[in-house]
Amino acid sequence: MSWINALIQGIFLGGLFVLFAAGLSLLFGVMEVINLAHGDIAVAAGYLAVVLIPLLHIPAIWIFIVVVPVFVVIGYVMQRLLFQPSLKSGSLTTLLVTFGLSVIIENLLLEGFSANSHSLSIGALGSGAFRITHQLSISYLSVAILLVAIATIVIIQLGLSRTNTGRIIRAVADDREAAQLIGADYRHVFGIAAGVAFGTVALAGLALSMYSQITPSAGPTYLIYGFEAVVIGGLGSLWGTLAGGIVLGVAATIGLVASANFGALAPHLVFLAILAIRPNGFFPKKALA
Amino acid sequence: MSQVTRDHLLRIEDLTVNYGQLTALDGVSFSVEESSIFAVIGANGAGKSTLMRTLAGLHKPIKGRILLDGEDITSVPPHLRVARGIALVPEGRRLFPSLSVEENLLTGTYRARKGTWTLATVYEMFPWMPSRRSQRASLLSGGEQQAVAICRALLSNPRLLLIDELSLGLAPIVVRSIYSSFGSLLESGLTVLLVEQDVSQARSIASQIHCLLEGKTTLFGGPRDFTAEEIEAAYFGIAKPNLELGTL
Repeated sequence: MSWINALIQGIFLGGLFVLFAAGLSLLFGVMEVINLAHGDIAVAAGYLAVVLIPLLHIPAIWIFIVVVPVFVVIGYVMQRLLFQPSLKSGSLTTLLVTFGLSVIIENLLLEGFSANSHSLSIGALGSGAFRITHQLSISYLSVAILLVAIATIVIIQLGLSRTNTGRIIRAVADDREAAQLIGADYRHVFGIAAGVAFGTVALAGLALSMYSQITPSAGPTYLIYGFEAVVIGGLGSLWGTLAGGIVLGVAATIGLVASANFGALAPHLVFLAILAIRPNGFFPKKALA
Repeated sequence: MSQVTRDHLLRIEDLTVNYGQLTALDGVSFSVEESSIFAVIGANGAGKSTLMRTLAGLHKPIKGRILLDGEDITSVPPHLRVARGIALVPEGRRLFPSLSVEENLLTGTYRARKGTWTLATVYEMFPWMPSRRSQRASLLSGGEQQAVAICRALLSNPRLLLIDELSLGLAPIVVRSIYSSFGSLLESGLTVLLVEQDVSQARSIASQIHCLLEGKTTLFGGPRDFTAEEIEAAYFGIAKPNLELGTL
């Protein structure tokens, strides 16, 4: 029974990893940029919520209405002012810039909030659960996080395949210069993609701080889970990212049942094993969407 | 100045472009009349593609000006030149490989001006296209891709259509069928500036030809103003043609 429980809890934990991975997947698909500050940005979103909730007097569960748009704007501005200039000097420079950003965010959060952990209390929603059987129950929050994660992937996917902006994003991902020739300003398009990526990772940060706790240095741990989900799903494939996140979540909870120390290690071992068998991931794709 | 440019849609003056260490274009000047076909000819490395890319805004000239309808657009970035009415069909077609045929066409409407070209009118010009609309563009043949690339550019409703190396890698019969559709383009008031390696093709379709050699103008005028030998000399630079270039 505990195995089945672990499997089901893992699927829901996977939802959290998917939220971390969605923005990474999008940015890599559009710009071939790996954002090493991705996890820290999520944590920063969590801390913004910690600050804003007492100020705005709104229930913690609704704070995303404020935080996500703020991070969409931050994403766009950072892309235009910080990442874009570094793109010209090659992907290694961009990698270093995002690494620097990661260090800066962690240290600023440490200065502002100390190393103590914080979390967002969402009352009954956080403690309540669906009781499936006597031994198996699934918390409302886990269900909500997985649903939000799936909705995020579906909305990004539909946005890319069905809307004018999505079509232009795919065109820019295919051929930046040819996209300029049809009138697309690729810097603006990259900004939009970064805005969406930052918005989704802000959701991830809020989910994390409701689901467990955040500390200033929590970011890189979740960056790795997100990154692994993207890679085993197949780079640039959003459906693959969804599958990859859930596989990692299941690995984590099943590992935890096997041994208390094994929970953190199991997803990484599964990641390596999948890479050895399918080096290009579940859904290898050359193009976005 | 404004009287001179009145009926000339495009005018370039003393255009000089460096490509790396190389001077790809060296003081080139010409004007293109509205609703005409103007062909730039020349051998490989003559600077034809650099010229087209500079007109589209992808290269910055180090000297000279580009005037569209009398307005200086030399420093306008490429994506805004589309809105001004310049569309380039790039060398190698450069369709978006992961997009379907119709999606490729629709990208052309992103910054389109008002005009007669719509999805329906391009489908009318190439009747095979609607049945392949949902195929990936990368699965089409070279000639079909070239047609899609031209239509993608047309959908932005340009005033000036730039076509770089239309015939490159295509069978002559395909090239002829694409060129045969150009009559209707001119009727719609479009001005076409094309780069062509095939001199006889260029002479048969264009009202003006302009020959480049190593970035410099070696010959220009009407296609019937010169003998084949004179054009050949200008094209390959075998002997300096005895022409007074002067100022345009």
